[in-house]
Amino acid sequence: MAAEIANPSVSIQDLSLNFGAVSVLQTLNLDVANGEFIVLLGPSGCGKSTLLNCIAGLLDISEGRIFIKGKNVTWEEPKDRGIGMVFQSYALYPQMTVERNLSFGLRVAGVPKDEIAKRIARAAEILQIEPLLQRKPLALSGGQRQRVAIGRALVRDVDVFLFDEPLSNLDAKLRSELRVEIKLLHRRLQNTMIYVTHDQIEAMTLADRIAVMKGGVIQQLDAPQTIYNRPVNRFVAGFLGSPAMNFLDGRLEKDGGDWLFVVEDVRIPLATYAFEKEPAPGPAVFGIRPEHVAFNSGTGWPFTATANVEVVEPMGSDTLVWLKLGQQNFTVRVTSERTPKNGDAVSVGFDPMRASLFDAQTGNRL
Amino acid sequence: MADVASLSTGAQALKRNATGPSGPKPRHVLSRRNIFLYGTLIVVALYYLLPLYVMIVTSLKGMPEIRLGNIFSPPVEITFEPWVKAWATACTGLNCDGLSRGFWNSVRITVPSVILSIAIASVNGYALANWRFKGADTFFIILIVGAFIPYQVMIYPIVIILREIGIYGTLTGLVIVHSIFGMPILTLLFRNYFTSMPEELFRAARVDGAGFWGIYLRIMLPMSLPIFVVAIILQVTGIWNDFLFGVVYTRPDTYPMTVQLNNIVNSVQGVKEYNVNMAATILTGLVPLIVYFVSGKLFVRGIAAGAVKG
Repeated sequence: MAAEIANPSVSIQDLSLNFGAVSVLQTLNLDVANGEFIVLLGPSGCGKSTLLNCIAGLLDISEGRIFIKGKNVTWEEPKDRGIGMVFQSYALYPQMTVERNLSFGLRVAGVPKDEIAKRIARAAEILQIEPLLQRKPLALSGGQRQRVAIGRALVRDVDVFLFDEPLSNLDAKLRSELRVEIKLLHRRLQNTMIYVTHDQIEAMTLADRIAVMKGGVIQQLDAPQTIYNRPVNRFVAGFLGSPAMNFLDGRLEKDGGDWLFVVEDVRIPLATYAFEKEPAPGPAVFGIRPEHVAFNSGTGWPFTATANVEVVEPMGSDTLVWLKLGQQNFTVRVTSERTPKNGDAVSVGFDPMRASLFDAQTGNRL
Repeated sequence: MADVASLSTGAQALKRNATGPSGPKPRHVLSRRNIFLYGTLIVVALYYLLPLYVMIVTSLKGMPEIRLGNIFSPPVEITFEPWVKAWATACTGLNCDGLSRGFWNSVRITVPSVILSIAIASVNGYALANWRFKGADTFFIILIVGAFIPYQVMIYPIVIILREIGIYGTLTGLVIVHSIFGMPILTLLFRNYFTSMPEELFRAARVDGAGFWGIYLRIMLPMSLPIFVVAIILQVTGIWNDFLFGVVYTRPDTYPMTVQLNNIVNSVQGVKEYNVNMAATILTGLVPLIVYFVSGKLFVRGIAAGAVKG
């Protein structure tokens, strides 16, 4: 976990939420630094959207406290928390023009007219939606609607932006375009942003830090590269990365002074692997990402093996090659020029330094 | 590439030789299916339209012509006298000013009842759908059970209540009764409609700082025209056509149109004036009829929208 944050923009302390007997969030703690872009990542039902709604004040929490800008907002109404929120379904008011949509919150709050006009002009300029201001949401495309939805948060002039899967309703091409726009927006505004998604690419590309969630608990909170390279448990390792990480079930054994990972008749030397702490021999899981495996590139690796190609999956930019290591499936990512044929005998090699070892029982990193 | 090339030449060869079906499938106007379908529709339509035809035709005849007994034949001599009489001079009890008195009574009953019941029920439905307060489900169930209690059970207790308050026999009393009895079904209608609206819209409005009334008036109301139309139609026709409450809770000079119609048609003194009776009946039914004609399309759309979610 990262060090204490001195002056957090958002601070969640011992937050719990129960719906009747069902516990959705369990004594959750999270500090978000000023201007930080935090992504809450996890499978559906992990509580990430629930957590966001709690921060927004749209759900009453069962226990704990929420601070925004050092102010305890646990019992505050959403409008008094200094947040703006962007929803997955855009949630634009269908009967109002874009301009009226943007100004709704300000009109409710009784902001003077010239101030409203100024803020709308600024938001429209930032998001490049000036030509759309007099249109109704129905006459906009998905991407335009989401821009307006972001604009509605923008005009509120708030410290914290909350995004609830804002790109999930868009097609793949628009999604990647808007992703970059959100990143640019963050760089320009330097606001604190909390962003919920189940899309690991969005998480990896946007986040300063990612909080991977499962079952209402934050599994790991760290920079994207750290989470990708050194996942703290098997769930995080398996959730991030596409194609998924290879997992081999086997045993940790000590041979003389060196640790070995044994899968049936395959022996992987672990001299270069950095253990979290001195391990004990016994069952374990060895994980390595398909892109960290070298393919037909000599024997200069700490571990090499030969195998026959079972299936080849071309994905355009590169190809996923399925092999068997011992009796277990094993995938390797290969550039498309070097795509082998089914049944070819190939050699694979890797450095265990890039691998992750997990306890077979608890799934924690060893 | 070679495969693709041979495939396209193959397709061309197929096209050149084609003699089988191509383009849209031909439709026969006089197919058995069409004859059966439209035949049934025409018969059913006639069945429902015939009584209306007889009523209109009869109301335009004079009494001597009616006595001839050809109820289906069109009038030989068209006269509007029965209509004028039904509206302005037919006698019920002591009053001899026709249905006009009842018509204005009905207007004075229907308009406030419709406005009052819909205003309350829409806020009820909105609160139940969006503000999930403690006990909301229980409240809703009690309200729905109310829809299943037979009117007859409540008639006498309400008479006593109205008498104790001192508004028995007044139009105010009847307006209150109509508003209360419209509540269960209208609340259900509005709750279902508001439930079917995206929840995120409601949340966005809360983040924007709108409160209970702000969200209701500025977000929800403008989006719910169809369901309001449905509610208005249900209430206008229901309250206009009501006879039971009208006869129980009002006095002769505050009788609604339906009760007056009954008194005209069922009066036992003198000659039965069929033409006046028919004209009076059509006059009474005119309001619901016009409402249906004007709003048919919106009505169907709104009913469908309100009925999806339970």
